[in-house]
Amino acid sequence: MPTVLDSLNDGLHRAFAEDERVLLLGEDILDPYGGAFKVPRGLATRYPDRVFTSPVSEAGLAGVAGGLALRGLKPVVEIMFGDFLMLAADQILNSLTKFGWMYGGPLDVPLVIRTPMGGRRGYGPTHSQTIEKHFLGVPGLAVLAPAALGDPGALLADAILRDPGPVLFVENKLLYLEPVRGAAHLPEFELEAHTLPGDYAPAYSLRIAGAPPPTLTLASYGYAAELARRAALQLAYEHEVFAEVLVPTRISFPGNAFFDDLLIPALRQTGRLLAVEEGTRPLGWAAEVLARAAEALGPQLRAAGRVAAADTPIPASTPMERAALPQIEDIVAAAVKMMRL
Amino acid sequence: MSAPDNAALYRALYLIRRFEETVLEEFASGVFYGTTHTYIGEEADAVGVLSHIRDGDVVFSNHRCHGHFIAYGGDLRALFAELMGKAGGVSGGRGGSQHIHWKDFYSNGILGSTTPAAAGAALAEKLKGTGALTVCFIGDGTLGEGVLYESLNMAALWGAPVLYVVENNRIAQTTPIELALAGSIPARFEAFGIPARELDTSDVLEILPVAGDLIAEMRADPGPRALILHTCRFGPHSKGDDTRPAELVEKMRAERDPLTIHAARLKKTERTAIEDEVNAEVTAAFAAAKAEPMPEPMN
Ligand SMILES: Cc1ncc(C[n+]2csc(CCOP(=O)(O)OP(=O)(O)O)c2C)c(N)n1
Ligand SMILES: [Mg+2]
Repeated sequence: MPTVLDSLNDGLHRAFAEDERVLLLGEDILDPYGGAFKVPRGLATRYPDRVFTSPVSEAGLAGVAGGLALRGLKPVVEIMFGDFLMLAADQILNSLTKFGWMYGGPLDVPLVIRTPMGGRRGYGPTHSQTIEKHFLGVPGLAVLAPAALGDPGALLADAILRDPGPVLFVENKLLYLEPVRGAAHLPEFELEAHTLPGDYAPAYSLRIAGAPPPTLTLASYGYAAELARRAALQLAYEHEVFAEVLVPTRISFPGNAFFDDLLIPALRQTGRLLAVEEGTRPLGWAAEVLARAAEALGPQLRAAGRVAAADTPIPASTPMERAALPQIEDIVAAAVKMMRL
Repeated sequence: MSAPDNAALYRALYLIRRFEETVLEEFASGVFYGTTHTYIGEEADAVGVLSHIRDGDVVFSNHRCHGHFIAYGGDLRALFAELMGKAGGVSGGRGGSQHIHWKDFYSNGILGSTTPAAAGAALAEKLKGTGALTVCFIGDGTLGEGVLYESLNMAALWGAPVLYVVENNRIAQTTPIELALAGSIPARFEAFGIPARELDTSDVLEILPVAGDLIAEMRADPGPRALILHTCRFGPHSKGDDTRPAELVEKMRAERDPLTIHAARLKKTERTAIEDEVNAEVTAAFAAAKAEPMPEPMN
């Protein structure tokens, strides 16, 4: 089974092969090293004129990509660690996402900024964070996050080739070594891929195979969705709680049919929502999901909750880091508690 | 490309001057809203540099963009309309004074933000093999922004044909250069191996050939260059916010007015004819913009 890393690498290679306007810029991306997490491995060897290993300049890189995109090329920028995105934040907020709108628009800015995000590897407070929440409310920015389901590489290739941009593509580090699972690899589940109207980014639903209708909806993305899937198994086998797991790959909000077409109808059936994410709890993706659910369902929403990281920096030491980040048992415990409501 | 003659240069300088004077004069009448940064006193920079660009060359400008836009060939009515928030403005009323784009011209009000975009645009044109150059205007105050130095480094590493034009009016909003800038301006570029030329003049005939040489050099040998133009801002930073002593501004106006300097080269009748024609053009553009409808609120 290919891993998420293999799939993303393949997606980059496919995009490069399909459109010669696609370029890659980033730090330490030349072979044989092939990038800090190896996602672009092999590209520099195959396409030496289209891969620009760069100085350590995140803001400048994002800005250069903006100029390349305005002039008709399709740059992909690798930011080595998601934590470094803040150095590029001004370019994202005040240039890349404004070009397409503020000049009277529409104006394409076809660029993808991809970055590894997340903890559980002991990298400490500045190399372990999940900070995409700071970018979820930026008008004009698509934020995508693959899970270990479906075809992460196709999602990346579509973002590069088909999106008028700009796109922030968030790759959780622990996902890289996860196998990409399809229905054949998940016999305990009924896995369904959902194509949402007007969107190339699919969403997935997982239900326990042969179980009664679910009474709880888990919503999650990225590696947290993998934890939610494993929690759903435990809930079924150890607690007889049957949950469905809904996993979007588009996590930004405007124009995202995931909520109206998938999540809200699911909640009309279950009435219970547990949103799971790896970022810190306040004002994050889960908070917005809960707010939308409450607005849409009113009293039909019997119970709603979040599992997220502690509202502190992420410690390096393994037991402390474990305690700070959401674990499968936290999801199970929150779900069991919610079932009493 | 044949150099523009003295009459055409005067016309270009005067067009910017009258546009900007109209903006300042009419702000009080309430027809404009928001902010503006006029180019009065600096006209020779834009005209001297942009006289050399060709179709397809890219220009990045900043908050003080009206003069650059007009020298680029931008439409006066559309710029007036943008400042009025009209649907027919350059940016449909979304951008306002600092955010305009037309053809290959782009401006942004975030200081320094355009410097990597300009390097990227220059690199794109080089990779596409179009032969187009990119010009990026920044002010002396913008030399304080870190992203500029990332941009210079990458432009130099990747041989991006971008001309950074520093318009040093020795002030940033209210802060004099002495309080904001350490060291040397050309050395900043030279440290990255970027050749820099420096001129202290408001005479368009002095800027024109130097800019022309630099641009010709870039077309023959693509890579970044810098042109540092020491210039004078006669007006307020925005509107009515000039903190400098009036005598200082008066002295600058007396000694460094690009229009006075260049007008001396024309016969009085010739000059008056140009001025009459431009006055009529600016008045007509202003009236046309004023008559246009406001946009629908949700556009
Ligand atoms: C990133 C950023 N910081 C601050 C400002 C506010 N601001 C607008 S113009 C200006 C001064 C700019 O000085 P300079 O670069 O010398 O250009 P000049 O106005 O003199 O043409 C300042 C501080 C801004 N627009 N963008
Ligand atoms: Mg200045």
